[in-house]
Amino acid sequence: MSSFSGTPADALDVKGLRKDASRPRDLFNIIMTIISGLCIAITLVPLVLVLAFVLLQGFSRVNLSLLTELPPPPGLEGGGIANAIIGTVMVVAIATMISVPFGVMAAVYLSEFSEGSQLARWVRFFTNVLSGVPSIISGVFIYALLVRTGATGYSAVAGGVALAVLMLPTIIRTTDEALQIIPKEIRWASIGVGSSRYQTVLQIVLPAAVPSILTGVTLAIARAAGETAPLIFTALFSPFWPSGLFNPIASLSVLVYNFAIVPFQPQQELAWAGSLILVLLVLLTSVTARLATRQKTF
Amino acid sequence: MVNTTAAQPKTDTVFRAENCDIYYGPYKAVRDVSMDVYRNQITAFIGPSGCGKSTLLRCFNRLNDLIESFHLEGRITYHGQNLYDADIDPVEVRRRIGMVFQRPNPFPKTIYDNIAYGPRVNGFKGKKEEMDEIVETSLKRAVLWDEVKDKLNESGFSLSGGQQQRLCIARAVAVEPEVVLMDEPCSALDPISTLKIEELMMELREKYTIIIVTHNMQQATRVADKTAFFNAEPTESGGKVGYLVEYDDTKTIFGSPKEEATRDYVSGRFG
Repeated sequence: MSSFSGTPADALDVKGLRKDASRPRDLFNIIMTIISGLCIAITLVPLVLVLAFVLLQGFSRVNLSLLTELPPPPGLEGGGIANAIIGTVMVVAIATMISVPFGVMAAVYLSEFSEGSQLARWVRFFTNVLSGVPSIISGVFIYALLVRTGATGYSAVAGGVALAVLMLPTIIRTTDEALQIIPKEIRWASIGVGSSRYQTVLQIVLPAAVPSILTGVTLAIARAAGETAPLIFTALFSPFWPSGLFNPIASLSVLVYNFAIVPFQPQQELAWAGSLILVLLVLLTSVTARLATRQKTF
Repeated sequence: MVNTTAAQPKTDTVFRAENCDIYYGPYKAVRDVSMDVYRNQITAFIGPSGCGKSTLLRCFNRLNDLIESFHLEGRITYHGQNLYDADIDPVEVRRRIGMVFQRPNPFPKTIYDNIAYGPRVNGFKGKKEEMDEIVETSLKRAVLWDEVKDKLNESGFSLSGGQQQRLCIARAVAVEPEVVLMDEPCSALDPISTLKIEELMMELREKYTIIIVTHNMQQATRVADKTAFFNAEPTESGGKVGYLVEYDDTKTIFGSPKEEATRDYVSGRFG
């Protein structure tokens, strides 16, 4: 009755149960496994090479003065990139302080209070558009909004705002998703004992989503810390120690950009060292983020 | 608790549904239900899936308000007060009319906080000892105290399914409701846990009015004083609409029902 072999009717033929790599579908299976394995290896090559290359080039220059001193004047030896490290931390901190409250609150609105309204659909759409905007556009935008108008001038604040614009979509999206994972039954249970929706969101839903929200925030921070384009004409650069929020400030990414293109050996070495520190910082934040997601509530 | 509206006399009829039609958007889910629910009794809703039992149940504590497209026509009164009057606060309604859900759904908090949450959000301002007492009493009422008294600070998720469901019952009674609505509370539980919940319901009946939705007809005969049988019929537009077929003492529903559909259902001939 059946037109293919190996059906239960032939099952007494024990040979039919054996592995046989010459059968077309087994062959196909093996070939496809090899191809996808190769693809993985090829994708990993750039990542490993970048890390190795930066490590090799930058490591020789890593010492205490790198982390504690100012960059030397052009052409001179020695010095460090301490001001850029502090600058990056400051600018990213400003960006985080702006984007996290706005991003999380926006996501709470989208997930908990919008009830599928037209507005929410548009906000989600534009959040996705914003996450695709090239980072330099964010820089140009803040340049026109804060720098050119003289509201802040070239400053740490302008740089922070530019990075915040880049961080917002990531934070909104990950928080939105984190909140939607929380089962509806939990919200109903909370409403069912007579709590208001605001109490439910603050005391039940948000705490349950905190690990996932933290991940989103950390990933956004990691991305923002490495951005150069939005900082070039907002935070600008400074060879000196950071001097307040409303003055130009150094940052690692801009330091790499500036020093890599000058014709002096010591500066180029500093650029490599700066790259290394930047990569390590980003790696560290990403790893922290991954560790934070491990403890999932749902 | 101070009753801010004019003092309502507590009547023996806790709920009265009058000609209730329930809609989701333009779609009518339940038509023309009229019934009374009495104090300190267990009322069971039985019937095939999709006949609107749970939908109707959620109307009694206005939980359906959370579904945007929902609306109700007709009246549901609670001790004579229309629950759907414009000046009724649904949050207050839900404190007095508690709910236990189909699947155990403890909060991702400690066992203690699962119970304490309800009183806290309802403005409990007492001392820690008083809260401890609420937690203990509630857990005792749900016959869970002996099993968890040594691990109140562990997560509610660390309990077994049956224990979680009793935790949910304890959580519901912690805010001193008058009514507890139960939406298939045993459908996710094994027979032993089910039996425990049923025993618990019989005890809770002393203090509370209970409405339970169940697919288990034996359960209805074991626990319920009154039973309402719902059925669904196809509509012209191709959907289904639920309606109340018969509502009477449990003995009558299962022994000598008046409607043929009820007789067929309780004898297992369909559904």
